[in-house]
Amino acid sequence: MQQTWDIPPPPDQRAPDPATFNGIVVEGVSKSFGPKKVLDGTDLLIHKGETLVIIGRSGEGKSVLLKHIVRLLEPDAGRIWAEGHEVSALEHGPLMDLRKRFGFLFQGAALFDSMSICKNIGLMLEEHTDWPRRRIRERACECLRQVGLEGAEDKLPSELSGGMKKRAGLARAIVMEPQYILYDEPTTGLDPITSDAINDLIIQLQKELGVTSIVVTHDMPSAFKIADRMAMLSRGRIVFTGTVDEVRTTTHPMVRQFIEGRSHGPLGAF
Amino acid sequence: MKTILAAIGRAVIEGLSGAGRGLLLLRAIVLQTHHAWRMRREIAEQMQVIAIGSLPLVIVTSIFVGAVTAVQAVYQMQAYVPMKFLGTVISKSVFIELGPVLMALVVGSRLCANYAAELGTMKVTEQLDAMNIMAIDPVRYLAMPRFWAAVLMIPVVTVFCDAIAILGGYVASVMTLDVSSGVFIEGLQMFYKHSDLLGGLIKSFVFGGIIAMSGIYFGMNTKGGAEGVGRSTMTAVVGSCLSVLVGDYLLAIVLFQIVFEKT
Repeated sequence: MQQTWDIPPPPDQRAPDPATFNGIVVEGVSKSFGPKKVLDGTDLLIHKGETLVIIGRSGEGKSVLLKHIVRLLEPDAGRIWAEGHEVSALEHGPLMDLRKRFGFLFQGAALFDSMSICKNIGLMLEEHTDWPRRRIRERACECLRQVGLEGAEDKLPSELSGGMKKRAGLARAIVMEPQYILYDEPTTGLDPITSDAINDLIIQLQKELGVTSIVVTHDMPSAFKIADRMAMLSRGRIVFTGTVDEVRTTTHPMVRQFIEGRSHGPLGAF
Repeated sequence: MKTILAAIGRAVIEGLSGAGRGLLLLRAIVLQTHHAWRMRREIAEQMQVIAIGSLPLVIVTSIFVGAVTAVQAVYQMQAYVPMKFLGTVISKSVFIELGPVLMALVVGSRLCANYAAELGTMKVTEQLDAMNIMAIDPVRYLAMPRFWAAVLMIPVVTVFCDAIAILGGYVASVMTLDVSSGVFIEGLQMFYKHSDLLGGLIKSFVFGGIIAMSGIYFGMNTKGGAEGVGRSTMTAVVGSCLSVLVGDYLLAIVLFQIVFEKT
């Protein structure tokens, strides 16, 4: 008989007042796609300046949760707060203003394939500043240097490898010096060396720019390397949050099964 | 029986809600039009895609449309109608009906497929999401320039088609149908009314909007991967062609039975 496990409340469930909290508050968010309930009353706190890694099995709704934070998806129930603003209730104008403070690295980089890398990176500056073209290009080149892609500015996305696309996507995410960067599986599909280089970049960006990072991944070596805190999403809820050391030493059966990569346990195999 | 009725009901509801969403998208595009000057480079790029990309197709289609119209008209007229009316028949057919409708179907299908496939691919590869995250409204940046480029360029392409089709009709008439050049040109001038040309242009202006909206709407609402892009492209082209034909009938009534009839 399959054993069921009580899901303990995450330690940060006693959330502070979201209207005054300096960070992001996810409060009871639920989301279904047809009959499938992906998020089921998810609660999560993201503190300013930390790197929070959200782990969980594929299809558990990690990317869906990330997209809710910037309102690419609307929750069926619950609310999301960012720096005291209720994201899920913002009008178009304030939402756009808030989004300017976010950078987002998509799983597939989502570079605009009809534009050069330079245009991809500089587009946000073109749209939201009155900078001259030369300055925009200089800034784009600076961001490309930061991610180790100098010289790629005039290439098209189709001319780049997977790892280079991810780094170009990261350059685009940091061009406006965002306060928050959301990473959707930044190392998935990359070789171990490129993965490690991306991890170093994430750490470097946090140190140099002081950004708050939310990283969705199931790549455990990466998660342990970059995280300040980790949260595990399972069955639509956050079932565990803790520091890297707490994750390493926890006896929580779901977390243990996940980090040890076992097919037997409360998470099941399929 | 119940299942069939339910399927019909579902299709009707989906169709109506789709039309409603399409109208909301049209409203959003129109509301973004005040950014047109700022987006002039993107609009010009799209106009260029329509004009230059469609040129060979327009030339070939138009020449043969004019020539076939001449051949068919001569076949129908030879025993009953004097040949001096050949130019009249060709010019009226081309200006009022063949030019606007054929361009909307031929160039329009190409354009609609282009819009739907391009925007659909952007949707399924999260490029539209990326644009939203960058606080750039895809309706302003992508949809509005494409819409106005189509609305402005389809009439231009239609005028071009009209001219080439008449030239094609002339060449076919004079070279193969034994009609003299003078008789053909006399026929062209006879019964010419500005309202014929104007009516055709008004039609093509509306068709441009229909084609663009179909491509943009289905493209931006694509779901799934490559299969979804294929499906939305096909739906956009079929929807555009059907809407053009229904719109042609309605416009014919409004323009030639009501508006120009009274003037």
